[in-house]
Amino acid sequence: MFHFSNIVRTKSDPKIIEGGPSLKRPADQLARALGWFSIGLGVVELLAPRRVTETLGMEGNETMVRAFGIREIMAGIMSLSVDKNAGLWARVGGDGLDAAALLSGLTGDNPKKGNIALALLMVGGIAMLDYRAAQDTKPRRPARDARRKLFPNRSGYPKGLEGARGAARQIAANAAKSPSLNPT
Amino acid sequence: MKALVWHGKEDIRCDTVTDPEIQDPRDAIIKVTSCAICGSDLHLFHNFIPGMLPGDIMGHETMGEVVEVGSGVDGKIKKGDRVVVPFTIICGECEQCKRGNFSVCETTNRKRHLADKVFGHTTAGLFGYTHLTGGYPGGQAEYLRVPYADATHIKVPAGIPDEQLLFLSDIFPTGWQAAVQCDIEPTDRVAIWGCGPVGQMAIRSAILLGANQVIAIDCLPERLSMAEAGGATTINFETESVVERLNELTDGKGPEKCIDCAGMEAHVMASQPDTLLDRAKQMVMLENDRPHVLREMIYVCRPGGIISVAGVYSGLSDMLPMGAFMNKGLTMRTGQTHVNRWTDDLLRRIEQGEIDPSFVITHTVPLEQGPEMYQVFRDKRDSCIKVVLKP
Ligand SMILES: NC(=O)c1ccc[n+]([C@@H]2O[C@H](COP(=O)([O-])OP(=O)(O)OC[C@H]3O[C@@H](n4cnc5c(N)ncnc54)[C@H](O)[C@@H]3O)[C@@H](O)[C@H]2O)c1
Ligand SMILES: [Zn+2]
Ligand SMILES: [Zn+2]
Repeated sequence: MFHFSNIVRTKSDPKIIEGGPSLKRPADQLARALGWFSIGLGVVELLAPRRVTETLGMEGNETMVRAFGIREIMAGIMSLSVDKNAGLWARVGGDGLDAAALLSGLTGDNPKKGNIALALLMVGGIAMLDYRAAQDTKPRRPARDARRKLFPNRSGYPKGLEGARGAARQIAANAAKSPSLNPT
Repeated sequence: MKALVWHGKEDIRCDTVTDPEIQDPRDAIIKVTSCAICGSDLHLFHNFIPGMLPGDIMGHETMGEVVEVGSGVDGKIKKGDRVVVPFTIICGECEQCKRGNFSVCETTNRKRHLADKVFGHTTAGLFGYTHLTGGYPGGQAEYLRVPYADATHIKVPAGIPDEQLLFLSDIFPTGWQAAVQCDIEPTDRVAIWGCGPVGQMAIRSAILLGANQVIAIDCLPERLSMAEAGGATTINFETESVVERLNELTDGKGPEKCIDCAGMEAHVMASQPDTLLDRAKQMVMLENDRPHVLREMIYVCRPGGIISVAGVYSGLSDMLPMGAFMNKGLTMRTGQTHVNRWTDDLLRRIEQGEIDPSFVITHTVPLEQGPEMYQVFRDKRDSCIKVVLKP
């Protein structure tokens, strides 16, 4: 069976014959997709803010769009990292900011308000995905107040802690009697 | 055979792979009876140490029985021997090996051109631990090829269970070397950051080496309780100020000796804002490590003291307080462990009942459950401290 990863194997090192199951969940894939989407959108906002404001009839807001772009890129990078959950929550928050900014442009005299309504719809949809992914990738660390096993009896010294300390003291005493190389 | 294979960030699977073969006359093949997951494996799981490729077999804490040897092992190891495999692959012949500096063996890294570029000079080949250190398949598997097997092994007697011997491969000598590097004197107070498996071993080693007091730092109740059982006074860094408490415990002077058993993935929390900044920089590849523990050690260590670093760092670390480090006249000692330098002595201590390293094991499961256990160990679920896998 062909496995891409076998290409890099040194000759006669073990090669994969049959892959086992991956523990990656669908939510992990969704997080990945959202991460890349975030970076893509961020790059557009950062490099072509004018395009964005023109489409929305919100000219003059280029600086804000750029800042939003940086935000999108940061959240995207975070969503692709091992801290994806924090990244996804950052995206949920960002969706709120996006919606607020769009609403502020939804004035009666804006000739592009159709586009704004469309954008709002999109933000809503994406926000739902962000929220789903954030819920489903919650870190599975136990809660701070969760019941934990404690190990007060696992000293590791078969002769007990006092035995271990005593033996060490004995060795130190013997060493003190014999001449030492260490300057004191 | 079955083996735990790295497929990418947070993606380790139990795959079926071809059995290893003798490639070189100095090779041996081991049938693995026990292996373990190490804190270092978590750095790879998170892809924080560059140089892993999909298809790499994980694992560097392994023991078992020799089932095949090459023609060049020269009788030093033979079929049927029971051996623990040190995580550092050593030739036993180069200048460094002769000095006992096994983890910087000059011969065994088969991809030394990479290490020469990244580290300036090559270090030893390591099992299951990135292509910078040779890209050797690891021992979380049913069988393991051991290169340079005539030197790279620790013979162990029958009659002692695997659980007591397995950690000679890594964490026991690692904790031990961390403590030895401190030149512990009977009056010394030794502070140890991190109460994972390596920290637990360092605590016991410092006690056996005669430290006056051992102070252990972590935030997980189960690990702190185990540290206390080993004779340490404990500090919970989530609820207490580490620097204040250490000064309190040492008449304001700071511990003479400090040991880092936490490494490059220091806990990220708002009350230690430097960790937030490090994490942000890591994400955009402006920094490799989160060296919070190094900073704290330099700050709190008693002038003239020694800092011993067992925790792994991978690349560039920012904002180390070199002013304090230099003016306080501190000494820093580091290194991957020179496993075979210590194992004769440590095996004798196990045999004589001075210590039983199996105390640290909280989970023993079949190899097939390995992928799940990576998550459990990483998330500290189920009070997990050390996982042993049985192929
Ligand atoms: N030098 C070597 O040869 C060698 C060998 C084995 C392991 N290691 C390294 O040793 C380190 C520990 O290994 P482990 O198996 O015990 O791993 P681990 O992940 O189980 O333990 C690390 C511990 O450090 C604690 N910690 C995190 N931030 C801290 C902070 N700010 N202060 C105090 N404690 C903190 C964590 O809570 C955790 O309990 C890892 O970096 C590992 O790579 C080095
Ligand atoms: Zn290790
Ligand atoms: Zn060598």
